Amino acid sequence: MRQIYLDHVSAMPIDPRVLAFAKRYVTNDFGNPSSLHSAGLTAKRAIEDARQRVAELINAEDETCIIFTSGATESNNMAIKGTALRNIRKGKRVAASAIEHISVLNPAKELQKSGFELTLIPVDQAGIVDIGKLADILTEDTTVTSIMYANNEIGTIEPIEAIGEIVHEKGLYLHVDATAAAGRIPIDVQNDGIDLLTMSSNDMYGPQGGGALYIKPGVKLQPILPGGGQERGLRSGTENLFAIAGMGEAARIAKDEMGPESERLKGMRDQLIDEISKIEESYLTGHPTQRLPHHASFRFSRIEGESILLNMDMYNIQVATGSACTSRTLEPSHVLLAVGLKHEEAHGSMVMTLGRSNNAGELPIITKAVKETVQRLRILTPM
Amino acid sequence: MAQIGYSEKVMEHFMNPRNVGTIENPDGYGKVGNPVCGDVMEMFISVEDDTISDIKFRTFGCGSAIATSSMVTELAKGKHIDEAMEITRKDVADELDGLPPRKMHCSNLAADALHGAIEDYKSKKVGK
Repeated sequence: MRQIYLDHVSAMPIDPRVLAFAKRYVTNDFGNPSSLHSAGLTAKRAIEDARQRVAELINAEDETCIIFTSGATESNNMAIKGTALRNIRKGKRVAASAIEHISVLNPAKELQKSGFELTLIPVDQAGIVDIGKLADILTEDTTVTSIMYANNEIGTIEPIEAIGEIVHEKGLYLHVDATAAAGRIPIDVQNDGIDLLTMSSNDMYGPQGGGALYIKPGVKLQPILPGGGQERGLRSGTENLFAIAGMGEAARIAKDEMGPESERLKGMRDQLIDEISKIEESYLTGHPTQRLPHHASFRFSRIEGESILLNMDMYNIQVATGSACTSRTLEPSHVLLAVGLKHEEAHGSMVMTLGRSNNAGELPIITKAVKETVQRLRILTPM
Repeated sequence: MAQIGYSEKVMEHFMNPRNVGTIENPDGYGKVGNPVCGDVMEMFISVEDDTISDIKFRTFGCGSAIATSSMVTELAKGKHIDEAMEITRKDVADELDGLPPRKMHCSNLAADALHGAIEDYKSKKVGK
């Protein structure tokens, strides 16, 4: 059985062109960018080129707005903790949507231990932030408001431009976690009124262990990794040259190819949604149209997500689930609970995320496997 | 395709569970778990001369919940009820070549469901 990989939200392959491009930075041109000799300068140039490419992907004011990190988790930590601690005079509050990634919510919870308040912003059943309530919820003492561009578990794309207007009317900073969105859909940080934006290298076919944080000119942050003062003093540590150069090339390719590729994936996504929604007691999770082009997510009544994942794997098809049984805490996904699902409903979730390796010829194989899986597990269920 | 965390035996029982289904008018019936936690198991037994002559199960839950249910039916079938009462959660896990640590509790309730079915049989018998 040929592998059909549908878990691009968890990990992605590195684009062969990215690998070919970045390889020399771990073999021949491996200098330390802080060194003044020619090898160091070559490395320095590679990093500045990558910074330019990443800035172009999101229409940043200029390349100095981009800080490279070790990935989305570090970028989110930096945005939440770094901004909150640096702007403490403004107040001791952070705000985040209830469906933020755990690498946003946990730094916010850590701040609570040092006296910060956390405001959780509710979402509707489709996962969209309630814009009507947002203006009332956000108080003047909020140092940073974090709302993701698109959610990784339910695919919903947030109305960031409208959110940005509300946050700025209050004179507050908006952080946007674009891990699932960057490289998939067009992002314009200037038009959307974004102050801080998280990106992940691997989520755009770049090397793992790479990420970036866009910081709008004028936004003040406290470094969370003090040391040798790399990255304008905001992120110390010798640069991960391979990941950074690779991320730059991945950003360039994503910008070039995003349009047709997202149209292609959207067509496949919609066919998957149509076919799988025909299964009895199956429901789409997230927004039906305001969703990532490669993202199809569902829940099935009376069966459990880990069983779905394992059963699909027997067809050599890899999917994800928000079921409690696969989480470290044995709690169901906070995202599915935040969109109003009951615990027993959240247990039966399945997330499919498409990528460049997938093609329309796989669709009948996938839908057949899902139908058989649901049918088999429903024979077993007492509910 | 070995699953990380699950033994081959767990996966074999997950894919080909033994004794799936229900028994009409069972001599004993046990049910444990609840849907909020993500695991529900029910066990049906037929008993002849205090020996489990037939056993069936239905399970809502993860891979190990299904595999442990299947395994406990295999272990209990043909056993005297006193012997079957002695089957522990650990026995079930051991027979499956172990379970991942975090699966030892919540999805290893199959022995409890079996014991529930035997208790139900005993209480009915006393009533007769």
